[in-house]
Amino acid sequence: METKLMKGNEALAEAAIQAGCDAYFGYPITPQSEVLEYLAREIPKYNTKEHIRVVLQAESEIASINMVYGAAGAGFRAMTSSSSPGISLMQEGISYIAGAELPCLIVNVNRAGPGLGTIQPGQGDYFQATKGGGHGDYKLIVLAPSSVQEMADFVFLGFDLADKYRNPVMILSDGAIGQMMEKVTFGNYTAHKTDKPWATTGKPPTRDRNYITSLHIQPEKLELSNLKLVEKYKEITKNEIRFEEVMTEDAEYIFVAYGLSARICHKAAIIARERGIKAGMFRPITLFPYPYKRLNELAEKVKLMLTVELNAGQMVEDVRLAVNGKVPVEFYGRLGGMIPTPEEIVTKLENLISYKNVN
Amino acid sequence: MSTEDITIEKTADLKISPENELHTCAMADSHEDEYTLVYEKPHTLLEVNMHYCPGCAHSLVHKLIMEAVEELNIQEDTIGVAPVGCAVFAYHYMNIDMQEAAHGRATAVATGIKRLLPDKYVFTYQGDGDLAAIGMAETIHAINRGENIMIVFINNAVYGMTSGQMAPTSLVGMKTTTSPFGRDPAVYGYPIKVSELIAQLPGAFYVSRHTVNKNTSVRKAKKAIINALNYQKLNKGTCFVEIIGNCPSNWKMTPIEANNFIDEVMVKTFPLGDIKLPKPEDLIPINQNGDK
Repeated sequence: METKLMKGNEALAEAAIQAGCDAYFGYPITPQSEVLEYLAREIPKYNTKEHIRVVLQAESEIASINMVYGAAGAGFRAMTSSSSPGISLMQEGISYIAGAELPCLIVNVNRAGPGLGTIQPGQGDYFQATKGGGHGDYKLIVLAPSSVQEMADFVFLGFDLADKYRNPVMILSDGAIGQMMEKVTFGNYTAHKTDKPWATTGKPPTRDRNYITSLHIQPEKLELSNLKLVEKYKEITKNEIRFEEVMTEDAEYIFVAYGLSARICHKAAIIARERGIKAGMFRPITLFPYPYKRLNELAEKVKLMLTVELNAGQMVEDVRLAVNGKVPVEFYGRLGGMIPTPEEIVTKLENLISYKNVN
Repeated sequence: MSTEDITIEKTADLKISPENELHTCAMADSHEDEYTLVYEKPHTLLEVNMHYCPGCAHSLVHKLIMEAVEELNIQEDTIGVAPVGCAVFAYHYMNIDMQEAAHGRATAVATGIKRLLPDKYVFTYQGDGDLAAIGMAETIHAINRGENIMIVFINNAVYGMTSGQMAPTSLVGMKTTTSPFGRDPAVYGYPIKVSELIAQLPGAFYVSRHTVNKNTSVRKAKKAIINALNYQKLNKGTCFVEIIGNCPSNWKMTPIEANNFIDEVMVKTFPLGDIKLPKPEDLIPINQNGDK
C-alpha cells in the first residue's frame, strides 16, 4: 500500500499504469492535459521488450478515439481522456466502439459548456454520457468519481467492467476533481484480464478470421445485434449499480448529487443537521446503470429530495423518474463553471421547507 | 479482364482436384484427367460472391492484395482495416483478421493496431472520399508520423457507395450527381493529388500510383503492393499505393469505356508511376519469400 498526495488527473494516470493499460491515445485539452503529460513521462519507464505500452498524442480527439478502437480491437487495454469539447468530437468513435463491442476506458473531465464554454468544472455532459451521446442505441457504463481516490479506483474498476462486458466505460469526472490534490492510496491491484478470442491479432490456420465491425446491413441482423446489446445492458443493470448513502437512515430531506456536487452536498447535509434539519445525501456512483430502485425506496420515507448539479438540470430527470411522483423532487444548479457553497445549498433547502410549510 | 498474365510466376504443375476445380481459370492441357493448373484464386480470398459492379476495380485490387499476402506467406501476420465506401465489406472477402473503421478514420485505427502489434503487417484500404475528404487529417498525420503501414488508396474520382457524388479527386469538368454541370474549380477547387501531396512528408517511405485497367498495369500494381508490404519490415515509414480505379456504374460507362477513360483522361491529372522511392541506403536486403 502506498499513499501519495496527487492531483486527480495524475492519480487517474498512475492508476492506468497500474491497471495494465497497454495504450493511451489523447489530445491536449484543459482541464485534463495532465493525464497525457503524466503518461508520456511515466509509461516509458515500464516498457519492456515483452510488453510494449504505447502513449501517443494524436492529431485530434477524433483520431484518439479511433486509435483506441484499433488497439482495443486488437485485444489490448486501451484508453483515452479528454474534456467536454473533445468528448463531443469522440462521439462518432464511441458509437462505433459500442456497436463493435470493444472494451475501453474513456475519461471525461467535464468542463462547463456549451461550445467552448470555460475550463472551469461543470456537469453539463450528464445527458451526453448517460443517454447515448453518439448516434444509435447504445449505453456506456458511466462511473462518477467524487474524490482523487475514486479517480484512481475507478480506472481499475472501469477496465475490469469494460473487459467483463465488452463495453466502453466512461469515467465522468469534472474540472475540480481532476485538478485538486488529495491523498490517494494504491493497493495491490490485480487486473481481471479476460481472454479476447475475438481480437484481431492475425488469423492463425486454427481459427476463422476475426473481424471487428458495427455494420449489419440487413435489418434482420442489425436488430439481432441491437437486441444483444439490450440484453447486455440489462445484465449490467442487474449487476453493477453502485451508489453511496450518507445519513439517509433517518433523513427527512435528501440531497441527490454526483461527483463534485456530492462532495458539496455531503457538507451541506452536515450543516443542515447542525441546524436541526434531518438531511442526508444520496450519491449515484454509476450514472449508467442508474440506481432508480434505491431512490424509489428512499422516496417512501423522506419528505423531499433536492438534486444539486453543475448544470441546468439533467440528472434531476432521472431522479424524478425514479421517485415517480412519490415526493417532490426539486433542483438547484449553478452554471458556467460556478460552484455552489454548502451554505448556499442549505439555504435553498431551508427555503423549500418553509415554502412547503406555508403552503 | 483476363488474369493469366499476372500470375505467370505462379504457374505450377498442380494436379486438378475437385476442390480446386472451380478456381481454375485456364488449363493448358485438354487431357481428360490431367490438367496443368496455371492459375487459381488465392486461398486468402474467401469463397463468396463480391457485391461489386461488373468492371469495378475493387474486386481486382482485393485479389491482388490477397495474392500478395499469400505469396509472402503472411496471412497469419496481416491485419487489414476496411473503409466506409464501396469496400466497406472488404472483411467479407479477405480471409484475414480485419477491422471496419468509421468513415475516414482507417489510418487512425491502423495506428492503434500497428503500435500495439509492431511485428504484424497492417494495411488500410480506402477510397478517395474516405481518405482524401473526411479522413484527410488522419491520413496526413498517420503518414507524417511515419506509421509503418501500407495504405491502399483507390481513387476513382467519385463517391461510389452513395452512388456518384463529387469526390475531392473528381476531375475538372467531371459531371457527377452533385456537380451536374461539371466540377467547377471556381466553386470546388481542383482535384487533390494525394500521392504528390503526401510524398512531401518525411514519413512517407514509398509512394506509387497505378491502375488496374489492363494486364500490364495489373502486374505493376501487384508488384507495388508486394513492395509496400515487404517494406513494412524495415520500419522506415508509410507505404502508399494509389490505384486509379475504374467506376463504370457511376461514370455511366461500359467497363471497357471506363478502362479506356483511365488511359485517355484520368492519367492526365493523375500520372502513373513511382512518386517516391526508398533511397538505396534505406533498403536492407529483404527476403523476397516474406520469411521473417
